[in-house]
Amino acid sequence: MAIDQSKVRNFCIIAHIDHGKSTLADRLIEKTGLLTEREMQAQVLDNMELERERGITIKSQAVRLIYHSEDGEEYILNLIDTPGHVDFNYEVSRSLAACDGAILVVDAAQGIEAQTLANVYLALDHDLEVLPVINKVDLPSADPERVINEIEDVIGLEAQDAPQISAKTGLNVEQVLAQVIEKLPAPTGDPSAPLQALIFDSLYDSYRGVIVFCRVKEGTLKAGDTVRMMATGASFDVVEVGYFGAGQFIACDELSAGMVGYMTASIKNVKDTRVGDTITHANRPCAEALPGYKKVNPMVYCGLYPADGAKYPDLRDALEKLQLNDAALQYEPETSIALGFGFRCGFLGLLHLDVIQERLEREYNLDLVTTAPGVVYRVHKTDGTMIELTNPSNLPDPSEIEYMEEPVVDAEIMVTSEYIGAIMDLCQERRGVYVSMEYMEETRALIKYVLPLNEIIYDFFDALKSRSRGYASFDYEFKGYVQSELVKLDILINRETVDALSFIVFKDTAYERGRKMCEKLKEEIPRHLFEIPIQAAVGSKIIARETVKAMRKDVLAKCYGGDISRKRKLLEKQKEGKKRMRQVGNVEIPQEAFMSVLKLDED
Amino acid sequence: MELYKDILELYIHIPFCVKKCDYCDFLSGCYDEDIRRSYTDALCREIKWRGIRLGSKKITSIYIGGGTPSWLEVDYMARIMDTVHQYFHVDPLAEVTIECNPGTVSAENFNVYRSVGINRISIGLQSANADELKLLGRIHTFDRFLHTFEFARVAGFSDISVDIMTGLPGQTPAKLLQTIHQVCRLQPEHISAYSLIIEKGTPFYDRYKFDAVKQHAGMATEVLPDENQEYELYKTAQMQLVAHGYEQYEISNYAKKGHVCQHNIGYWKRVPYLGLGLGAASLMDEVRFSNERNIHDYIAHADDLVMENFNQESPMMEESEKLSRQAAMEEFMFLGLRMNAGVSRTEFRQAFGLEIDGVYGQTIQRLRDEGLLEAAEGRIFLNERGMDLSNYAMALFLQ
Repeated sequence: MAIDQSKVRNFCIIAHIDHGKSTLADRLIEKTGLLTEREMQAQVLDNMELERERGITIKSQAVRLIYHSEDGEEYILNLIDTPGHVDFNYEVSRSLAACDGAILVVDAAQGIEAQTLANVYLALDHDLEVLPVINKVDLPSADPERVINEIEDVIGLEAQDAPQISAKTGLNVEQVLAQVIEKLPAPTGDPSAPLQALIFDSLYDSYRGVIVFCRVKEGTLKAGDTVRMMATGASFDVVEVGYFGAGQFIACDELSAGMVGYMTASIKNVKDTRVGDTITHANRPCAEALPGYKKVNPMVYCGLYPADGAKYPDLRDALEKLQLNDAALQYEPETSIALGFGFRCGFLGLLHLDVIQERLEREYNLDLVTTAPGVVYRVHKTDGTMIELTNPSNLPDPSEIEYMEEPVVDAEIMVTSEYIGAIMDLCQERRGVYVSMEYMEETRALIKYVLPLNEIIYDFFDALKSRSRGYASFDYEFKGYVQSELVKLDILINRETVDALSFIVFKDTAYERGRKMCEKLKEEIPRHLFEIPIQAAVGSKIIARETVKAMRKDVLAKCYGGDISRKRKLLEKQKEGKKRMRQVGNVEIPQEAFMSVLKLDED
Repeated sequence: MELYKDILELYIHIPFCVKKCDYCDFLSGCYDEDIRRSYTDALCREIKWRGIRLGSKKITSIYIGGGTPSWLEVDYMARIMDTVHQYFHVDPLAEVTIECNPGTVSAENFNVYRSVGINRISIGLQSANADELKLLGRIHTFDRFLHTFEFARVAGFSDISVDIMTGLPGQTPAKLLQTIHQVCRLQPEHISAYSLIIEKGTPFYDRYKFDAVKQHAGMATEVLPDENQEYELYKTAQMQLVAHGYEQYEISNYAKKGHVCQHNIGYWKRVPYLGLGLGAASLMDEVRFSNERNIHDYIAHADDLVMENFNQESPMMEESEKLSRQAAMEEFMFLGLRMNAGVSRTEFRQAFGLEIDGVYGQTIQRLRDEGLLEAAEGRIFLNERGMDLSNYAMALFLQ
């Protein structure tokens, strides 16, 4: 059955975090009758437990809706939900490339935010038609008129007749569907041309192998076809093609130009089906791949160790499984004197790290020790070679180092005018280089800075929020490497260097950071029977010192009559605390201490 | 367990108070006379029900705790003790203690106590300092305590214990010394010195929770003594009591020669004991169990006790846990090491059929190397430093 392209719309929803993207998606699904209200589980598209809990979208998802318009026509709407976080920018960009139009959701109370802008620009870059929608008009603080003007002034989109909706209550959601048909373009493409299909996501299923999500741009994809991935060169025989129901895959005969769907081909590894790659027929390839493919590289690295050393093989298996589904996750074995056997893992950003860590702990029941996350430094050695440093312990001797470089990002911060001073101070403190500032409207400005990545991966976002009382929003993009004065800060506990606590730091802040680190560790390390010096050192020079005094008293004098069980529980708690410790020399260090570097700016 | 096969200790709980003290999280409350009477009825039914089943055991000690047992109507107390004697085989030499609060007991009451077989009095004083008594929310003055002590002596009690507390908010070694001197002048046979613990759900918790956390973390505190001061207070009590001729036989307990509390020692040696009354805990046949904690349910369930039905499980029992041999051995160690005399190799062998060194040799050696534990004459015990760090040492015996 050939599908009439003019009756198809491929679109996504873009929004700043919390502006109601997933809720709107749910309402659209409900309104088109794909699921009855009773079957609806809030936020159908976020189907990972973690996604629902955090209210964020991590993996792209897609769903096909059938919409009966008022003139009695039947339309196929392919809705592609995209991740909203800056860590997953590349995935967002590929999802957009699979669409012809985008719904822009803007919160009627908050207006345009930094991420809104970034996403709109991304959508316009992909030549998408953008349809603005004003959400949350039911809020008492809603001011749709102001937001309409903002959209017109700041983005330059016609917004006078933008639907004013409440995705939560369902108010005016029909208008959104009507405008999707009316204002977003139908796909184009020749079903008989050589196959050209864009991979915008993939998913590993233990029965079917990798399920590839794709948008067919030209030609037709059928079961039985032999296809080739143009970037990786891998070839496969297609087992099944189909489209997305709500939470299920529905097989069909073919996917022709303009369609969004999936294919399976007994593919064992998502590495062979990189997001952004182009699928074509092996025997009748298209002339050139679709543009925009790039290999994503991790930006943030940290060491992951099982709390219980015997669980090392379990951690390896779990990482292997997660990687099947997440090509951006990288890992390789490493050993630490303090933590034993573990893995150095690479992530797209801190959220990605967080998500992986939580999934390991939750889905694979692993108790993990994480070392402080760091970025990839480039170390140029005197012999002319360059190494990419992901683990501070591997820093060569200073005499072998010619110079070092660190990654920097282009950061865009949108903030109301009263907090401009505070935010600029923050950027200055974080070694930012001012680029520009422009007023979007009278009371709001867009500030641009170049910031070192290692200054923003920890707590920059939190600091930004607290200094602007939550009003600043932030987006960034990797820019490149710049030369920098960096040193390795070592921590000695009871006069032994603890490798897992070393980190790379900008030279001028080494003293301050070392001092804070010692203070923090003093709080974290429990008293022992002997005194424990904690020292921070750069090279052989000690720059800070604290002491954990020897324990004198540890008596639980009271014991309630015959209630021995309670006494036992208290001792067990003490013992349990011990289990969460790492033995380094003869000092027991709590696992949390290895993350101390993250908390240095808390006070 | 072969050790202590035919003996049993009894604990009887009286959950009534005139007013609850601000630091107290024991199971007690202020109930009217109706409840006190129905509780006594229920408790006597429970004693009878248990006694019928355990009458062959020799009762080596009885401890009546609370709450404030001395506040219960004295004829109710007499009924309770009569019931015990009727249904249990109480050793004529058994130590029988009742907890008394100053101001709740008359000279006449002490005579009744003696007549029903009670031979030991434990008086909760806590402090001799008026401000501290007020702070703790105690209902009595030091003078009242003196009267109570006097009444007990006059009634012929030759075994009296006094409870005092260390680590109170604002307590200094000088204030503590005063309390100790004033108590020691009376020459009680036994003194318990407990460190204040800030317990959740008490007014003290609301008042001092932040300070308690700081204290625990070794930080500077506002009102509670900090970790070092607390240690100093604990050591002050220890040294002064020893100087007054008391021997420390357990972390918080001191006695004149021949007056250690047998009942207490029983807990640390794992002598089987049966708890009777609201929320009371028991250890029998390596099962730890306890009664329900809601007084109305407890009273109601007493009616469900069927004296003749020997298959019946106690309807008052709430929690029970069968101890594995592993758990029993761990208890043997961490409870036994609370006593200055420590644990006996022979008793360990008798209890478990294993050599103590075969099971805990490594831990024992480690603690000896760390200078906390010593061994002599077939016993293993914590030395003074080990006692100071007893929690640390005991936790090492847990798996």
